Amino acid sequence: MAEPLKRTPFYDFHVAAGAKIVPFAGFEMPVQYPTGITAEHNAVRRSVGLFDVSHMGEFEVTGPDALAFVSRVTANDPAALDVGQAQYSCFLHEHGGIVDDCLVYRLADRFMIVVNAANIAKDWAHITTQLGNDDARLVDRSDDTALLALQGPLAQAVLQPLCPGVDLEAIGYYRFATAEVAGVQCILSRTGYTGEDGFELYHSPDQARKLWDAILARGGVTLTGLGARDSLRLEMAYPLYGNDIDDQTTPLEAGLGWIVRMRKASFVGKTALADQKAKGLRNRLVGFRLKERGFPRHGHSVYVGGEPFGHVRSGTVSPSTGEAIGTAYLPAGGAATGTSFEVEIRGRRLGAEVVETPFWRRGSHR
Amino acid sequence: MSKIPEHLLYTEEHEYVNKADADDSVEIGITDYAQGELGDVVYVDLPAAGTKFAQMEPFGTIEAVKAVSELYCPVAGEVVEVNAALEADPSLINKDPYGAGWMIRLRVKNPAELERLLGPNDYATHIGQ
Repeated sequence: MAEPLKRTPFYDFHVAAGAKIVPFAGFEMPVQYPTGITAEHNAVRRSVGLFDVSHMGEFEVTGPDALAFVSRVTANDPAALDVGQAQYSCFLHEHGGIVDDCLVYRLADRFMIVVNAANIAKDWAHITTQLGNDDARLVDRSDDTALLALQGPLAQAVLQPLCPGVDLEAIGYYRFATAEVAGVQCILSRTGYTGEDGFELYHSPDQARKLWDAILARGGVTLTGLGARDSLRLEMAYPLYGNDIDDQTTPLEAGLGWIVRMRKASFVGKTALADQKAKGLRNRLVGFRLKERGFPRHGHSVYVGGEPFGHVRSGTVSPSTGEAIGTAYLPAGGAATGTSFEVEIRGRRLGAEVVETPFWRRGSHR
Repeated sequence: MSKIPEHLLYTEEHEYVNKADADDSVEIGITDYAQGELGDVVYVDLPAAGTKFAQMEPFGTIEAVKAVSELYCPVAGEVVEVNAALEADPSLINKDPYGAGWMIRLRVKNPAELERLLGPNDYATHIGQ
C-alpha cells in the first residue's frame, strides 16, 4: 500500500489560489497557479515569487559531538561554518554515490540539515546508522517545520518592512539570522534554488497562515509553484536529486567537487572518492543546448559517436533564453565545451553541444 | 470551468472541429480544457499544407512546459492551411484556443465522420464538467 499523500500547512491556500496540485515526493504540492509556469518563472527573474517548500526535510543535531558527527556524514566541512552560516553539502555512500544533497546550517546550539522531501526516510536511515559512539542527538523536525522561499530581485524590499528587528542587508549570501517576521519566529536565510536574491523562512507550521498572509499583503508577490522552481534551478544548472545526481553518481562526476573536502580526516565515502580521483573520472555531468528545435526531457536517450550513452538527466526550454537546454553524463574524456552529441526525441536524433553552465548568468543572487 | 462553445464538435482526445464556414473545410485546434491541462505551450509541430490524414491519425505534436502531447485529426482529410502565427507565438493556443490559436484547416474527405464526433454536452460530460 502506498503511503497517503501528505499536505503542507499551505495546502488550502494553494487550492484557494487555483493551483494545480500534483503528487510530489509524497506530498500534494502546487505545480503551478493560474499565472502559468512561464509567467511564474519570469516573475522570479524580474520581481519576486513565493514558493511553499515545506515538503523539505529538516534534521536537528545536538550534543557535544554534533560537529564531529555532521563532519563525518557530510562531504563538505561544517567546521568551516560560523554560527549563522549555511553550506551546500551532501551525504555519501561508502561507495561514493550520493545519498542526498543537503544544506547544513550552524546555529549556536545545534546544526540543522535540510534534505530533499523524497529522501527523508532514506537519509534518516543512513545517518542514524552512522551515529556510532558519538555523543550526539538526532531529531527529525520535518513535520514541525514549515518553509517558504521568497525569491527574486525584490525579495529584500518586500520582506524588510515585516522584520524591523533585523537588517536584511547585513545578511550575506548563505548566511542566516533568527528573527521575527510579521511576528513569527523564523530562521531567515539568504539562500535559494533560483539564482535570484532571496530568502528562505523556516518557521512553525502553526504560524504558517500568519506569515503567508503578511507576505502576500505586501503586494506584488507572485505565487510560484514547483514547475517554475524546476526551470529556474535548471537555468542555474543547480542539480536536482533523482535527475542530475543519485545513488550511483558521485559528486566528482556531477561537478560538485567543490562541496567535497578531501582534506578532512575522514568522512563517509572519502576512500571511494580518493580512489576515483586517482583512477580518473569515467563520466562527467555537462550542460548542453540543442542545435535544432526540440524539447529535451528527463529520460530521452543520449548518443555519443552514434552509440547510446545514458539519458538526459534534466531538460527544458529555458523560459529566460528560449533555448532548449539540459544536462547529461558524457564520457569524461569527451565532455569539453563545444563537444557535439545527439539527443533522441520521439525517434529523431537532434544535434546537441556541450555548453558552459550556468545557462543563465544574469541572476541577482549574491 | 473550461469554455465549451456550443457550435463546435469535439473528440475524446480534446481536439475541436469548427465547421462554421460554408465550404467543405473545417478549423481544428485543441480545447480550452486541453490547453489548461497542458499549461504553457512552448511550440507546436504542424504538418505542411497538402498532407492527408486518416481519422484519428496523429497530425502533429504540441510541446508544453510540463509535457508533450500528440494531436489527433478528428476526421479524415487534407490540410489546406496551417496557422502560421503559431510559429512565432504558440501562446495563442493558451490565450485563445478557439480563435487565434486554431491549428490547421482541413478539407473533409467524408462529412459523415463529423456526425460521430462529440457535441458540446457530451464533451462536457467527458471532461467531468
